[in-house]
Amino acid sequence: MRPSLFMTEIRGQSRRNFLTQCLTGAVALGASVGLRAPAQQAALAAKSRVVIARDPQLRGTSTPVDVHRLEALVDRAMQALFSGEHPAPAASAKAIAAWRRIAGPGDTVSLKVNTLGGRGIATNVELVEVICERLQQAGVKPANIVVWDRDSEELERAGFRIAIGGDRVQCYGTDRVGYEDDLSSWGNVGSRLSKILTRSSSVLINLPVLKDHDGAGVTIALKNMYGAIHNPNKYHPNGCDPYVADLNMLPEVRSRMKLAICDATTAMYEGGPGFKPEHSWKPNSLLVSQDLVALDYTGWQMIERKRAEMGLKTLEAEKRAPHYIATAADGEHRLGYCDPSRIAIVEV
Amino acid sequence: MNCESITTENSARGAIDRRSFLVCALASGAVLGAGELAAPAAAVPLASGAETQSDTRFTFEARFYEKLPNRKIRCKLCPRECIVGDKERGYCGVRENRGGVYYTLVHSRVCAAHIDPIEKKPLFHYLPGTTAFSIATAGCNVNCKFCQNWDISQSRPEEIPAEYVSPHQAAAVALQYNCPTIAYTYSEPVVFAEYLMDTADAGHVAGVRSIVVSNGYMQHDSLVEAYGKMDAVKIDLKAFTESYYTKVVTGQLKPVLETLVTLCKMGKWTEIVYLVVPTLNDDDAEFRGLAQWVKANLGPDVPLHFTQFHPEYLLKNLPITPVPTLERAKAIADAEGLHYVYIGNVPGHPAQNTYCPQCRKMLVERVGFTASQMLIRKDSTCPFCRHKIPGIWHA
Ligand code: SF4
Repeated sequence: MRPSLFMTEIRGQSRRNFLTQCLTGAVALGASVGLRAPAQQAALAAKSRVVIARDPQLRGTSTPVDVHRLEALVDRAMQALFSGEHPAPAASAKAIAAWRRIAGPGDTVSLKVNTLGGRGIATNVELVEVICERLQQAGVKPANIVVWDRDSEELERAGFRIAIGGDRVQCYGTDRVGYEDDLSSWGNVGSRLSKILTRSSSVLINLPVLKDHDGAGVTIALKNMYGAIHNPNKYHPNGCDPYVADLNMLPEVRSRMKLAICDATTAMYEGGPGFKPEHSWKPNSLLVSQDLVALDYTGWQMIERKRAEMGLKTLEAEKRAPHYIATAADGEHRLGYCDPSRIAIVEV
Repeated sequence: MNCESITTENSARGAIDRRSFLVCALASGAVLGAGELAAPAAAVPLASGAETQSDTRFTFEARFYEKLPNRKIRCKLCPRECIVGDKERGYCGVRENRGGVYYTLVHSRVCAAHIDPIEKKPLFHYLPGTTAFSIATAGCNVNCKFCQNWDISQSRPEEIPAEYVSPHQAAAVALQYNCPTIAYTYSEPVVFAEYLMDTADAGHVAGVRSIVVSNGYMQHDSLVEAYGKMDAVKIDLKAFTESYYTKVVTGQLKPVLETLVTLCKMGKWTEIVYLVVPTLNDDDAEFRGLAQWVKANLGPDVPLHFTQFHPEYLLKNLPITPVPTLERAKAIADAEGLHYVYIGNVPGHPAQNTYCPQCRKMLVERVGFTASQMLIRKDSTCPFCRHKIPGIWHA
């Protein structure tokens, strides 16, 4: 018997199939994407708004967040983002109207969470549940919502339950569907993208956490997209600069990205990306924006303030300032603003 | 990554039967199929994890690393010296820190296997006319923008199909197919050093030699230990400038030059390939500097292959290397006094043959990847003038 090992021919075959599939798939996708301006393209039209929604009572005396308070916090943040108003505490038609600016009937919405750090520092399941509920109230079918990250086991470790099939919100990792065979490339990045992103998302909502990163300085929304590619390990040199910015320029990412809600209920100012309870604090906040660069810049400044409070050096002094954020705003990328004079912080 | 293409279209001898792999893959429920069959506009998730191959079979403690505080480790295999936190992987993506212990995830995890002519590596002065059982795992410690095998070299092991091939099985397959050598190639063997070492040992016990096709981007100690077990080495010297290594390879030139000097001191049979990429590493001064360095540090008898670039991966905007550029490179290296300068990836070019540097007669004629005529005597001398021709010519 001859040894039977190999994969490139299979891959070659599938590439051809995929080209055909793309030709048909692109039509539907294009129609949907065209309905609303993508977050990062819309952001440059004006000064970018970043909402910081805080509730010191979010946890009461217990560790888990209070779901009702979290729900109210999400509603306040969304209304403030889209109307600039300080809304009434109860969920209102205005809150749902705000969600309709992001997605509606006919959309397939993917929620990219961050679960790499395990339960200690992952996107809260409760936050994701609130967002899924609001999306459904905005008209998105539950089965058209996918909660995802790179790996199903990591999702489970962070408290998510894997859900596949049926008329319910879906939840699984890219390990269950794989990556596209063809490369997507921009600048210094060439990667295969998660099929969840390319085939199950007309709208992408980025749900990162707020944390320190030993190589990149900080990891918030822009870097969260490392969980959407097959080769993130290749893009950590030089503090991830310009790789983070280049990755967010990939058309498949940029055209779908509509909103980022950073879960800063718990955050880390040092020792990341793995969870270190001794270096974490509880801002009990959400950072919400359609400009991921402005959101990352704002989150970075929060981390710097906490570092100063704890007597730590700045990230610049530690030679790990997140320069990729400025790169994302430069003339080549124009993904958003990292100039504080162009960022309107709205605190609610 | 190395520059040997995984495809075998030009191979004079048969590759391993891919059709039988397809049959086998279907029978064993190969995970690849699930994704490929997905509907155009939606991905269909599998009910259980896509990785059905037992992870533990491939997971061995790494040999070249040191432990650091807070369950971190520093990898000592290649010059990157990745510092890797718990549950994270190094740059190559095939080594993982689990609780402060560093593991290779690709021991015996073979994602590519072929029987290739040894000329395809290319090794021209090592057992010409023989075949090598050629294997690879996922992963690479650099990221060349021209990589021909990026779909395995730039992937994590769990992302591509693989089969369990133990060191003893690899040696047995080589024997079964009359391959005097096992070749570690296609991706980057540095990152599967432990498997390479164990397979070389198993091969030597069975009477099968080992050769490696590598970028040479390795630390001194791991090089001596791992490639010390090799019988011949081919190093891809990607360019002769640090800037090219930084921009195109994501690596460094200096450690590769140090590798070549160390291999020379170790007495390993070594050949060098230089992939000539239009506009990026093809000027006269670079060719001359390279040839002078080789002669001064390794001697004039080390074979140097200038090979033709084809647009691939992230360098699709550049043309194929014009043959006159390769001929110019060869002329410069010849003029600097190197004795064995070849032109590669250009089938039928006369510079694929080996000529005696003394009497200029042709000693080995090559057609494609086949040595069609081999005149070098058993005592490694030219049959016409008795000049010694360096290499291992006979088994
Ligand atoms: S072998 Fe891999 S993990 Fe080790 S230093 Fe090199 S790239 Fe990093």
